[in-house]
Amino acid sequence: MADHVKIHPLVVRITHWINAFAILMMVASGWRIYNADPFFGFRFPDEWTLGGWLAGALQWHFAAMWLLAANGLVYLVYGLASGHLRRKLTPLSPRAVLHDLRQAVRGRLAHDDLTVYNAAQRAAYIGVIALLVLLVLSGLVLWKPVQFHAIGMFMGDYEGARYLHFFAMTGVVLFVLVHVLMVVLVPRTFPSMFTGRIKSMTTRRPA
Amino acid sequence: MKAKSMGSGLDAFPRKEIANIERRLFMKSGLSMGALTLLSGCDVTDQESVQKVLWAMSHWNDKVQGWLFDPSRLAPEFPESRITRPFPFNAYYSIDKVRIVDPNSYRLEVSGLVRETRPWTLPELYALPRTTQITRHICVEGWSAIGKWSGVRFSDFLQRIGADTTAKYVGFKCADEYYTSIDMPTALHPQTLLTFWFADEVLPAQYGFPMKLRMPTKLGFKNPKHIAALWVTNSYPGGYWEDQGYNWYSGS
Repeated sequence: MADHVKIHPLVVRITHWINAFAILMMVASGWRIYNADPFFGFRFPDEWTLGGWLAGALQWHFAAMWLLAANGLVYLVYGLASGHLRRKLTPLSPRAVLHDLRQAVRGRLAHDDLTVYNAAQRAAYIGVIALLVLLVLSGLVLWKPVQFHAIGMFMGDYEGARYLHFFAMTGVVLFVLVHVLMVVLVPRTFPSMFTGRIKSMTTRRPA
Repeated sequence: MKAKSMGSGLDAFPRKEIANIERRLFMKSGLSMGALTLLSGCDVTDQESVQKVLWAMSHWNDKVQGWLFDPSRLAPEFPESRITRPFPFNAYYSIDKVRIVDPNSYRLEVSGLVRETRPWTLPELYALPRTTQITRHICVEGWSAIGKWSGVRFSDFLQRIGADTTAKYVGFKCADEYYTSIDMPTALHPQTLLTFWFADEVLPAQYGFPMKLRMPTKLGFKNPKHIAALWVTNSYPGGYWEDQGYNWYSGS
């Protein structure tokens, strides 16, 4: 019989799905907002966006931002206080990340033991957390460039924050695409994001 | 062994099959979630209950912005070299529909919670003490442009008309049928100017002749042009864009 191993604590599972929902709303409404002044010369198809028009998209964006920020705060406080982040995402060395990425490209990266993240995963998860923090900070500058001028000084003020916000969004969208692709490739990880448990296939011991 | 497996249903399937089912279920649910939110995005937005939540959140954001607003924090000012030329035109109509206001018959009407309700002529307004600022105009669409405006501090003007500065709002009606309103703390901010000059020249028609209320602490659409009347009030006056869903406070 396979053992059930707990891999995702309840707080992580709940915040994960709230986060997924919030990011979907933020990205879809954000694309509509971008379309009002497409500074890269292309527009996102309107069918992919949320809000119907600029005012609607802004309403969605400035409503969902509270969900994203509050949920992210709960996750980070929990992750830091409980040691979850340290246990799952450290230690991490650039050499290990490069090694794992090379293996992954060759299709040789093993992820049999789902209780432990490999270096490429650790880097990806730390990266997307950093990107989300950057999105919130640059978003604060875009929302209130005068009141949060002190934050804006580190990102080229209002106009710099627009680019940073866009690039960080692009990074998060790329992460989500790869993340979903990985779940499709290793489908047994998917139900565990609801149950928190996984049938351990590698720790089979003789009876 | 076999009979037991058959009996418990799912166990009869090889593990690979289960994995495939899971994958299909996942893709299906992923697709329907995407379809719900993205393909019928308009339908979701049109739901009355969703609209109510979004409006409630917008009102909540008005409150939060009021708390975040620091009356003594100044918007950044820039050197002449940073001025955007040409400065973009923006209104709810195209540039060929810009209203032409006759300077001779023009009167600024003042009403509401004020002591002096006498209308103001342009020469009277031009004679008020002049302050100049070079600040960034940020449009709700995202773009920004730096311009130079000159005029009287609005707090000074409010004092001259004996406005009740404990009131909540100042409302504006414009010669182009535009209307908007602002909160009193922003009205009293030192960089809130009633401007009559743009780039050292009389405010041109496309930028709001004869006057524009310039607030570098608010988004562009909150800065009314061609102002014909203003009033001090405690009852929420709304605004042209605000009544359609744009956030009322829209502060920077």
